[in-house]
Amino acid sequence: MSADHTVTHEATGDAAHDSNEAGHFTLRGYLIGFGVAAALTAVAFWIVMSGAIASGAIAGAVVVALAIAQIIVQTSAFLHVNTRVQGGWTLIAYVFTAVLLVIAIAGSLWIMHHLNTNMMPGMMPDSSNQGL
Amino acid sequence: MTARAQEAAAPVFYEVEDATVHAGGGTLLGFWIYLMSDALLFATLFATFGVLSSNFAGGPTPRELFDLQVVAANTGILLLSALTCGLAMISLLAGRPGAVRLWLLVTALLGIAFVGIEIHEFRSLIAEGATPQRSGYLSAFFTLVGTHGLHVTFGVLWIGVMLVQLGQRGLHPENRRRLLCLSMFWHFLDVIWIGVFTFVYLLGAL
Repeated sequence: MSADHTVTHEATGDAAHDSNEAGHFTLRGYLIGFGVAAALTAVAFWIVMSGAIASGAIAGAVVVALAIAQIIVQTSAFLHVNTRVQGGWTLIAYVFTAVLLVIAIAGSLWIMHHLNTNMMPGMMPDSSNQGL
Repeated sequence: MTARAQEAAAPVFYEVEDATVHAGGGTLLGFWIYLMSDALLFATLFATFGVLSSNFAGGPTPRELFDLQVVAANTGILLLSALTCGLAMISLLAGRPGAVRLWLLVTALLGIAFVGIEIHEFRSLIAEGATPQRSGYLSAFFTLVGTHGLHVTFGVLWIGVMLVQLGQRGLHPENRRRLLCLSMFWHFLDVIWIGVFTFVYLLGAL
């Protein structure tokens, strides 16, 4: 049902449908999305630039968590990805892409990490610089 | 009556839809699928960058290369442009072409500022000898960040084209559809930038 009115509105630009569609495009929604995104960005930069978290591993994990949170905030506030738009197909495509993305990135890092660590010491041109 | 009875009796094996239903919605969904495939392109670049992220070959490391204050400023510019792009869409749905053009112009100027700062950063890196040829890390860096910058550049071009079209034809349905696609493209680039500033700049500086 909601998919029908969304696409009909987009196709015709019918003023009567704008009031329905406006639910996705409100000034308040954009301002809240912008505010939350700006706050998440500021905290991430502050953590790194101030060195507030001594442990690099913990700071890195926090920064990555902030990035994931901001990606979710921006896709819902700015890109309007939810279960209603296009009958939920944008959300399905989005989740599918996220799965592929994680497999490609995490898989590459995992495999290459093992290739590096399982390399026999003598085979590395300069073993002193392992990890570089 | 008989015709209607026949119609009711005949089984329908496909979803019946009138021609107008997908006139705009299909385009928007299709454009979304394009953006998702573009995200996979960036996924491969991010994976490459991740694998090469410590292959400095004795060359400069991110800690020595980047000024995080500049990156923070650039991130702010791009985020602000996402807001102004959203304001253009709100004006679009309110049917105010003048406001749409104004906010699009502001968005384009912020986009130009973003690309300008990035080009300046690239130029100063190359002047320091941190060229793409210097190390695997720098090759991956220039490819990933440069691809994002190219996308923003083409987004600015697209905004320029839309400003001309809006000036000539106003907010007719085709232009509304194009503007909705443009706004998705622009917001998508901001989402990609979250990954760039986090994985390239912030994690590099830790």
